Amino acid sequence: MKPIIHSVLLLMAVLAWPVSAQEQIVFSSELNQTRYQALVTELRCPKCQNQNVADSESSIALDLRRLVFEMIEQGKTDQEIIDYMVARYGAFVLYRPEHSSATFLLWYGPFILLAVGVLAFVLIIVSNRKRRRTPQ
Amino acid sequence: MRKILLFLPLVMFLALGGVFYSQLGKDVNYMPSALVGKSVPDFTLVSLFDDELVTNADLPSTPYLINFWGTWCPACHIEHPFLNRLAQSGITIIGIDHKDQQALALQWLEEKGNPYQQVLMDEIGHFGLDMGITGAPETFVVDSNGVVAYRHQGEINEQNWPTMKEYLQ
Repeated sequence: MKPIIHSVLLLMAVLAWPVSAQEQIVFSSELNQTRYQALVTELRCPKCQNQNVADSESSIALDLRRLVFEMIEQGKTDQEIIDYMVARYGAFVLYRPEHSSATFLLWYGPFILLAVGVLAFVLIIVSNRKRRRTPQ
Repeated sequence: MRKILLFLPLVMFLALGGVFYSQLGKDVNYMPSALVGKSVPDFTLVSLFDDELVTNADLPSTPYLINFWGTWCPACHIEHPFLNRLAQSGITIIGIDHKDQQALALQWLEEKGNPYQQVLMDEIGHFGLDMGITGAPETFVVDSNGVVAYRHQGEINEQNWPTMKEYLQ
């Protein structure tokens, strides 16, 4: 029985090998690892646009992950890394676009529409009430 | 006046419908290049044939194409004969052998012919990142001022070449 268990365990270890060998990156600190995780989930994969860099297995996403890792270990700030990516891939790579005049409507458009809606709602209520008060 | 307001939802529906309809059938992988309108980023790469260091100063002063390829890339196989034809018709193409092995690349050019005026090796892919490529094959049109005028994702063929050719000046 014991040899069987051993061989099964060995087989499991062998099967798990490609997964663990895929990306063995060692961070110099816990903070760097957290920053890395945050950045790769915020960046959009240029090849497969509905995935972030963390999820994608395309070759370009692998490169970008490695690059983010290297830049973090070199002591670059998050903003520097994001600027580097935007310079090469455009605002497109950001899942959370930066606040600027070009993205004003994107960020605040829904709130403006909501305000317009509330205003219209109030106006209609008020005018209806006035009409009800005035005798027909 | 009130009656016209009643048609407002219909108008909005039609407007939105028009917007969505115009987006149908677009290439979902298309991504605007951040490099268009800028000059080719600085690089120092090793040439495939003679292991010489090549920099921006060695780039042609006439319009040319920068073509990213690799022996690992299936679409590059399809694209290669067309590149050969372009080279025969006098188009200057700089090849970037992206994340590839020298021996394999040399063998590929030996077998299929070499359409490139120069082939540079981008073994770790850093130049590819600087150019903002999304994969291979990918081709940049550089005009006579050394400015990137157009970027094409995927292979060049009969259908899309006329559009690219317009930028090559």
